Amino acid sequence: MNTPDNIESILLLAALLFCIGMAGVMIRKNILFMLLSVEVMLNASGLAFIAAGAYWGQPDGQVMFLFILAMAAAEVSIGLALILQIYHLHRSLDIDKIKEMNG
Amino acid sequence: MSNLLWLLPAFPFLGFVLLTAIGKRLSSRHVALIGVGSITLAGIVSLILGISLLQHPLEHYSHTLWIWIDIGNFQPGMGLYVDTLAMVFLFVITVVGALIHVYACEFMEKDPDYSRFMSCMNLFVCAMLLLVMADNFLLLYLGWEGVGLCSYMLIGFWYEKPANGYAARKAFTMTRLGDISLAIGMMYLFYEFNSLNIAKIVALAPEQWALQPQTALIVTLLLLGGALGKSAQFPLHNWLPDAMAGPSPVSALIHAATMVTAGVYLIARMHALFELAPAVQGLIAIIGAVTLLLAGFSALVQYDIKRVLAYSTISQIGYMFLALGVGAWTAAIFHFMVHAFFKALLFLAAGAIIEALHHEHNMFRMGGLKSKLPLIFWTFLIASASLAAVPLLSAGFYSKDQILWYTLAGQYGNPVLYSMALVGALLTAAYTARMMLLVFWGQAKSQVLRPPGTRMSLPLIILALLTSLAGFLEFPHNFFHFTPFSDFLNSSLPLTSVKEQGFSEGISQVLAAVMTFVGAYIAYYFYHLRPNLLPVLKEQSWLLFLQQLWLKGWYFDQLYDFLWVRPFQWITAKNKEDVIDGWYSSLTSATRTMSDSLSLLQSGSLRWYVMGMVLGAILLLSLQILL
Repeated sequence: MNTPDNIESILLLAALLFCIGMAGVMIRKNILFMLLSVEVMLNASGLAFIAAGAYWGQPDGQVMFLFILAMAAAEVSIGLALILQIYHLHRSLDIDKIKEMNG
Repeated sequence: MSNLLWLLPAFPFLGFVLLTAIGKRLSSRHVALIGVGSITLAGIVSLILGISLLQHPLEHYSHTLWIWIDIGNFQPGMGLYVDTLAMVFLFVITVVGALIHVYACEFMEKDPDYSRFMSCMNLFVCAMLLLVMADNFLLLYLGWEGVGLCSYMLIGFWYEKPANGYAARKAFTMTRLGDISLAIGMMYLFYEFNSLNIAKIVALAPEQWALQPQTALIVTLLLLGGALGKSAQFPLHNWLPDAMAGPSPVSALIHAATMVTAGVYLIARMHALFELAPAVQGLIAIIGAVTLLLAGFSALVQYDIKRVLAYSTISQIGYMFLALGVGAWTAAIFHFMVHAFFKALLFLAAGAIIEALHHEHNMFRMGGLKSKLPLIFWTFLIASASLAAVPLLSAGFYSKDQILWYTLAGQYGNPVLYSMALVGALLTAAYTARMMLLVFWGQAKSQVLRPPGTRMSLPLIILALLTSLAGFLEFPHNFFHFTPFSDFLNSSLPLTSVKEQGFSEGISQVLAAVMTFVGAYIAYYFYHLRPNLLPVLKEQSWLLFLQQLWLKGWYFDQLYDFLWVRPFQWITAKNKEDVIDGWYSSLTSATRTMSDSLSLLQSGSLRWYVMGMVLGAILLLSLQILL
């Protein structure tokens, strides 16, 4: 396996993706899009793992990515089910309108 | 024989359990059958035991049923022990108790709580039997507390009336003061001897305490405190007159067979310890003498017939304490037995009078009952004669004369105590004669509603027989030598030593007899010959003050109220907000405030949470980079 020469740029891309995703989570009002943004963040961290694994010549990075992939699939299925329920209850997906669980 | 011992407390206990469990569903006939039957069976067992002890008075029976608690060398067992001293008590408790139960089963028949009454009475007798038969202090203490509990339940039996509940609480609290002292004494004894077994303690004490008289002094003082509370002696005596709030059979049971004699029993049982502390013995004698005078004066002016009897009980127990104090052990026990018979009779007869006159307690509204209630009159007369110690005929003379004589001639006797006891004898005769005159002579002031039935009359007759015969169990030494009672007791109690005296027993007897007649004549003079004299005398302010003082029992209630009850109430009122609890509640309120302010962070808005997480992550990362 080749070691990538430009590891910095890949990690920079991953960081950029992560920030985009995080900004999405913070800015978006629609829960569905927040979930999408979380997926972007997950994939950003996955990219970082792959790059690091390739850099060190170790399979661990890919193993970790498979884990992240599986977890993301599970998370999406649960998240979508929850979103469906929220929509069912509140007839809206606006996160600012759903503030019932306050202390 | 030893195998029979457990039956004695078991029968009343079984009766108590049965009546408590299913008493409500039984008819009153069955309740009476169980309640009276259990005590009667116990009475039969005690008679069997008594007969076999009479044949072998030097023996004693003991039987350990099981080990109660087993921790290291602390092994009190359910051990029963009966010697001649315990036998006398057992006999009185079961026989007089059974008679009182027979009486009660008619007296209380109409009461809606008949089964509760009978079950409490059974438990009362059971506790007293345990107290007397215990071979160790812990079991004795169980009986001791059981007696206290039952007295509380029975004095406050008619609990709808607040005054009765108050009297019950008073009795419980005041005897509890003594109980605490007894408990501490018991612990001290265990600390000293590593055992609570009475026989062992009594055997070890003379050797171990020979060099440390202070220990003997402390322990016996603590035990004496317990005895004072239960036996209603000065200064813990004023619960007894209020204990009259209970039904009459209860009063009879408390005063005659159980409860108040527990203190006498305790001191007689532990006589070996008290002999090691002569100072405490002297104190017992002084307390007895003081109590008998205080109570005697109070009895002189009471209106309520039951209160007269209550004060006379205190006074007679004072005689017993006096006898114990001067070392006349057998005389005290003899007086206990005689007193149990005539006092039970007096209370039962008084109860019958009160019932017949429709709950009239005031003697001044009775009168002229001599011809209307002849049976009660004759039995009451016999008992009163005994109480007043009418010479030669009555049992009370034989028992009280012995005490009087030993008060002068006994080991710790002295003329001061003797003269106090003589004045007490005069007072006793005076208040007894006054009571008789007011109740049975003069003009009838109340109508007799219903004379007592058979079940109430029969115990009266039997008790009257016992009262008349009991005196002949023991004759004074100068009559002729016939003393089966003290011979019987001498296996468990030491002989009374008599010091050399220039004063013969005969003179003492004559003096006592004169005192009785003078006392009776004083009452006769003021209440029969010249009844108009009393209102005139009452106009003298100091006589009126004396009368009020005695009527209120020397204001001991007020004194204790001022000394203990008021300060206690003041403290509780001050402490209503619970001062010590304030610190803990401030702790909780501080925690709560912080928790409330922190819970504001949980706004429910997802955006805030995300922001928080991101900010936190940035903070941590920047910290890592910077540091």
